[in-house]
Amino acid sequence: SKQTMLSSSRAALVAAAAKLPRLVTRYGYCTTAAGERQQQKPLSPKITTHPTRNDRAKDPRWKDIDMTRAADEADVVIVGGGPAGLSAACRLAQLNAEKGTEMRIVVLEKASSVGAHIMSGACLDPKGLVELFPDWQERGAPLHTPVTGDKFYMLTEKRAIPLPLLPGMPMHNHGNYIVRLGNVVAWLGEQAESLGVEVYPGVAAAEVLYTEDGSAVKGVATNDVGIAKDGSPKDSFERGMEFHCKQLIIAEGTHGHLAKHLINRYDLRAGREPQTYGIGFKELWELSEDRWRPGYVEHGVGWPLDSGTYGGYFIYHLNEGSPLAAVGFVVGLDYSNPYLSPFHEFQQFKHHPHVAAALTGGKRIGYGARALNEGGVQSLPKLTFPGGCLVGCTAGMINVPKVKGTHNAMKSGSLAAEAVHEAIGSGEIEPATYEEALRNSWVYKELHSVRNIRPSFHLLNGRLGMFGGMAYTGAVWYFTRGREPWTFSHGGTDHEKLLPAKDCKPKDYPKPDNVLSFDLLSSVALTSTNHDHDQPPHLTLYDDSVPGQVNLSVYDGPEQRFCPAGVYEYVELDDGSKRLQINAQNCIHCKTCDIKDPTQNINWVTPQGGEGPAYNGM
Amino acid sequence: YIHIINKADMAASKGLKILVGCKRVIDYAVKVRVKPDRSGVVTEGVKHSMNPFDEIAVEEAVRMKEKKLAGEAVAISVGPPQSQETLRTALAMGIDRAIHVEIPLAQLEKLQPIHVSKLLAKVCESEKPDLVILGKQAIDDDCNQTGQMLAALLDWPQATFASKIEPSQDSKQLRVTREVDGGLETIDVSVPAVVTSDLRLNEPRYATLPNIMKAKKKPLAKMSPDQLGVDLQPRQEVISVEDPPVRKAGAKVESVEDLVGKLREKGLVK
Repeated sequence: SKQTMLSSSRAALVAAAAKLPRLVTRYGYCTTAAGERQQQKPLSPKITTHPTRNDRAKDPRWKDIDMTRAADEADVVIVGGGPAGLSAACRLAQLNAEKGTEMRIVVLEKASSVGAHIMSGACLDPKGLVELFPDWQERGAPLHTPVTGDKFYMLTEKRAIPLPLLPGMPMHNHGNYIVRLGNVVAWLGEQAESLGVEVYPGVAAAEVLYTEDGSAVKGVATNDVGIAKDGSPKDSFERGMEFHCKQLIIAEGTHGHLAKHLINRYDLRAGREPQTYGIGFKELWELSEDRWRPGYVEHGVGWPLDSGTYGGYFIYHLNEGSPLAAVGFVVGLDYSNPYLSPFHEFQQFKHHPHVAAALTGGKRIGYGARALNEGGVQSLPKLTFPGGCLVGCTAGMINVPKVKGTHNAMKSGSLAAEAVHEAIGSGEIEPATYEEALRNSWVYKELHSVRNIRPSFHLLNGRLGMFGGMAYTGAVWYFTRGREPWTFSHGGTDHEKLLPAKDCKPKDYPKPDNVLSFDLLSSVALTSTNHDHDQPPHLTLYDDSVPGQVNLSVYDGPEQRFCPAGVYEYVELDDGSKRLQINAQNCIHCKTCDIKDPTQNINWVTPQGGEGPAYNGM
Repeated sequence: YIHIINKADMAASKGLKILVGCKRVIDYAVKVRVKPDRSGVVTEGVKHSMNPFDEIAVEEAVRMKEKKLAGEAVAISVGPPQSQETLRTALAMGIDRAIHVEIPLAQLEKLQPIHVSKLLAKVCESEKPDLVILGKQAIDDDCNQTGQMLAALLDWPQATFASKIEPSQDSKQLRVTREVDGGLETIDVSVPAVVTSDLRLNEPRYATLPNIMKAKKKPLAKMSPDQLGVDLQPRQEVISVEDPPVRKAGAKVESVEDLVGKLREKGLVK
């Protein structure tokens, strides 16, 4: 492409300049008119052109553009139309009906339709849903597959060893339903609308707005549209609009970008552990009828992950008329080898004889990936801030050994709604009763009881790995159910755990056979993801020179491997040097890069609304 | 019917009345999948959006309104209940009102351009637009027929594959630049006329939230094919829909002699 071609004289200049000490600041990007260069400007071509990193007030291309935004008022704005956000919306509407109060409730969802960005297994514990809608069955909630059988396996390279699943163990699934969560969420969206909530898909909340003195949140602004890839305004440029609200509920899912910003601004992690994560992959398979076992749930651990890498798999057989099964794989993002590729571990896993037996004769019809939170109670931030609160996975409520978080997300949404309703009624700025309500609820009880299982993986400095974790669960947890008086720590952030490439062994992954395993790009195509190519990449870097200087030279560019969509590529330039190319169009909004980047240089911000994957009942 | 607008009319009148066709199709970025029974493609739960060429048609109509060439722009969609979402997008882009000709699901899969053009022709009889702008083709069937059939049914002039629409020199007609195989062709057409939009006609604006909210209040009328007196009997039967054949690996040859030899082997050269 035009950008990667450097003339030989410029290449020589780059090479010479590399030997000089450079002044590179976090925000030292020249935004003067094209052609003018300043001495401090880094010599690699500019990667990050996004307005969040380039002040348009100082950019002459934006001189004559009217930047005023239309503003609208609502009582409550909810960012994110997933299980947590929509439960909050529905509960608020129910409370209004019960108490005779009136509120304007607005849900902003960046996907083109409600449910299109939902990616989950999912084996749903219905208790969150039942509390919200006791009549969910009459209302037609798409829970069609009660769990009929439940197994847990330990995979070695050739064998699948069944492990006992005793009642009371977190992986025991009696009473739960296998669902296509995207469809459940779409149904929740319909319920919200029928209750009078305004749901706006295709609208991304891009910026948090603050009161004059900056102390409290007063609302959000939606994304601008019509900015060209180089950061200049297009003819179609239009400013986003502002929603001013009394209370803002952030329900963006794991590692939301506004949540990240708010957590930093209000220091919501003070005195708590940082969040830890996993990346979850899922494929939807149309099985051969003779291998289809509707209602069957299988979980497992082991091959091909080495014992030092946390992870596991699931296979859920749906019963919705056709022989569909969800096949998924989670890799803990606290892995240390930068050569590890979670995507390839997943593809390799499907070749295990036990798994291949289920999938042979079938056809893959869907693929997706999303980061999920694994920190449990240790990593829950403070949940409220002046003007709003965090619900669901954005705060981090997945019960990791149970591999379930939707029920907790829905309950937290309901509790937040109650606190928000109360706060609006009493004029309180912060819905402070929410956190206490959550601590007194079954969500906290459940998360507290399993708090030591995930970190037990690191027992004895991780030398026992998965065996240590399972031993702890079987030997200690089964009896104490979390009543043990100690709480294990996660031992730091995921990105800090990545070791330099020179200390690790490269991994050799087998080529896909295109029957059971597939290559990355054809998998991404199945997500139907798309972004307007002519917009600034929404994967922004704080410092454009860091990928070359640190990520590549120290860690061998791990973003090439942990991104499940092939966004990050190091392309070779004419002079032999390598440059990071960001294929933002491929992004499937999983947030893994923002989490695992060892230099924490990548900041995922929302692209234009309506973009990203178009998952169908995932 | 034919009615002629003269220069005085164009200047003094409230401008042309434009009817714009919009079709709800599977979004262009979606990976399309053939149904296991090979009767069609999977549409259930799949992301749909307005046909890209129709977005361009809508944009052109709105621009003509902004330039005061047009006074009123009406959007029309023939399709299932969800086509209303497509019409709401058109309204959010600046169209004044919308008409939805609702097709029952049973007949939806067998709907063809001949039916759509007949339905549109009937609507034209009552709406009496001066200009109908349609997308040149829909990205699901790639037929490229509706505009042309509509013009024939109405006995109106047609200017297809338009990359530019402007008033003619004497302002009595429309000057349309068309993209043809040999390059560009410019023709003058008298109104009323049918124009179909090609890719380079314009770049459509985004339907932003304030406009989406305003569009909720714009009128959207519903009609049925029965009301319009059009029979939807299919003229064609789809026998099967298949995946395109998997591309087989090619072979690299080292020299011209090699190439000729291989061609001979395959009997392609004597």
